[in-house]
Amino acid sequence: MTIEFFAGRYPYILIAVLLAIGLYGMTMKRNLLKKVIGMTIFQTAIYLFFIQGAFKQGATIPVYTEEFGTDPTLYMNPLPQVIVLTAIVVGVAITGVALSLLLVTYRRFGSLDEEVIIQSMRESA
Amino acid sequence: MSQLPALIPTTLILAGLLSLLVGLRSLRAGHLIALTGTVVSFLVSVIGLLEVPSSGQPIRYALGGWIPPIGIEFVLDHLAAYMTTLVTGIGVLVLIYAPRSIRHESPGKAALTYPSMALLVAGLAGMSITGDLFNLYVFLEIAALAAYALLATGRRGGAFATLRYLLIGAVGGGFYLLGVGFIYFSVGSINMADVAARLPELLESRSVISGAVLMVLGLALKMGLFPLHFWMPDVYTNAPSSSAALIAPIMTKVSAYAIVRLMLDVFPPGFFTEALPIAATIGWMSAAGILFGSIIAIGQQDYRRMLAYSSVGQIAYVGLGIALANPIGLIGGLLHIVNHALMKGLLFLIGGAIQWRTGLVRIPDMVGLGKKMPWTMYAFVIAVLAMVGIPPTAGFFSKVYLMIGAVQADAWVWFAVIVLSSLLSAIYFFRMVEFVFRDVEGAEESADDSATGGVSADELRGAVAGEVPPSMFIPIAILSAAVILVGVFNFLIVRALLEPAVAPLLGG
Repeated sequence: MTIEFFAGRYPYILIAVLLAIGLYGMTMKRNLLKKVIGMTIFQTAIYLFFIQGAFKQGATIPVYTEEFGTDPTLYMNPLPQVIVLTAIVVGVAITGVALSLLLVTYRRFGSLDEEVIIQSMRESA
Repeated sequence: MSQLPALIPTTLILAGLLSLLVGLRSLRAGHLIALTGTVVSFLVSVIGLLEVPSSGQPIRYALGGWIPPIGIEFVLDHLAAYMTTLVTGIGVLVLIYAPRSIRHESPGKAALTYPSMALLVAGLAGMSITGDLFNLYVFLEIAALAAYALLATGRRGGAFATLRYLLIGAVGGGFYLLGVGFIYFSVGSINMADVAARLPELLESRSVISGAVLMVLGLALKMGLFPLHFWMPDVYTNAPSSSAALIAPIMTKVSAYAIVRLMLDVFPPGFFTEALPIAATIGWMSAAGILFGSIIAIGQQDYRRMLAYSSVGQIAYVGLGIALANPIGLIGGLLHIVNHALMKGLLFLIGGAIQWRTGLVRIPDMVGLGKKMPWTMYAFVIAVLAMVGIPPTAGFFSKVYLMIGAVQADAWVWFAVIVLSSLLSAIYFFRMVEFVFRDVEGAEESADDSATGGVSADELRGAVAGEVPPSMFIPIAILSAAVILVGVFNFLIVRALLEPAVAPLLGG
């Protein structure tokens, strides 16, 4: 049972592992840059989830061809892929903003260590 | 008429982009474009607000002419009209207020601030109006990105606090998106109405349940529900006043609204209360949040940090309304969205006015301000009365609805929490009122000493009799009037908009 369980679902297990790694990086790491890396891993896992969910063996792009006819099962579902494309654009924008915030933070505090920055903020307050 | 829903976000997005291009050359023109776009969008929302209740039918708009289950759809119904009017209205007032405040607090950032404000309002209005689960995510992130840009420009720690908010926001958005994925792969649609029609057969499905939980969890992170609120105080404390005044009142509320939208219009009645303990979980988190926020707020010395903790408590009232899940309780929660937006917007604008005039941000330093800027302080008293919940201000009525809802649901603990938190907010706000109106010998002098941190005499010349200039005072005056008027006429809002909106709870 266990082998079949994993054989049928290994992409999803991989995605779950990636989600966990991303969340771990974002919550447990003290370095802000590593947190941002964790965030991108987390986001990538979500893209993979949509791609995996929409994957069909032997199907073609969703443009009508004579060869495949009108059978919908022979065509890929374009919607999840469109969602992923949009989500990637959103993700890139978020990463860009995060990196620029990192830069400003480093210039102001001279460190990317969360504890050091919090300490410095307490002292100045 | 059918074009109305599309006009609300597109006008704002267009105005935001134009304002960015023009603003780099002429600041004044950039501001004017952003303001005009927001005003147009507000007027369109008001037309929708009048149109929808009179026809009783939502106005639907299919984007790009694609028929709804396939294409994206905007739906302007009672609740969406209510939210877009609030969001764009606050946007207009803050945009009127912003220029002077920004020049004082974050000079050189104005050219980018106005487009970001227009885009933030566009994102939030889009979230309110969309009829598509994935489109809601896109608007959520548009609003979030604009908010990060606005919040990061403030005091020294602003960028760091915003980065932490961004990480939380990314997790929240990510969970929501995963939830949409689960729903899509099990239901086969992301149009809200279509999902609602197909769901009843699939309620036992584990992936539908996971999807629902993930979506609500993501939105709860975005709305700052206790104990997921920890980013909020630092962010609001370090942000420029005008950004905080725009974001604090409406940003978290729209995420709360999205949860209400899922509960009412996507998932069948009873799914959040009986099939899953989602409502009860939100309720206990809210109850804890109300007490936590109110108690921590008492100890704060920084004006904006106090408001931030008070916000942690106040957003939880909306959470309680969701949790009660009976019509009266939910009406209370929804009414509190508007009430709290008006009160908290007012308080943040007043904070910005105090900072503009005197440079003060700490409450103990504000002794004797009542003499220095009396009109602003009268507005402050109105806001405080509303926060504590004294009739006839707006804050009173939403709490009454919530209390009646709690009684109907036999939720006596939550009832006690609502009463207790009113007393607690009386403690921290009346303490400040006492400071401000205290008549101290030499208060005049000490206040003048600290005025060096405030505006120069040159800038002050345009101000009214030692008060703030009209562009800052008029939004404050309008919000004060709104706090009282919404209180007095709350039954109109409830009857015309909220009662039809909560009808699905009655099993309709």
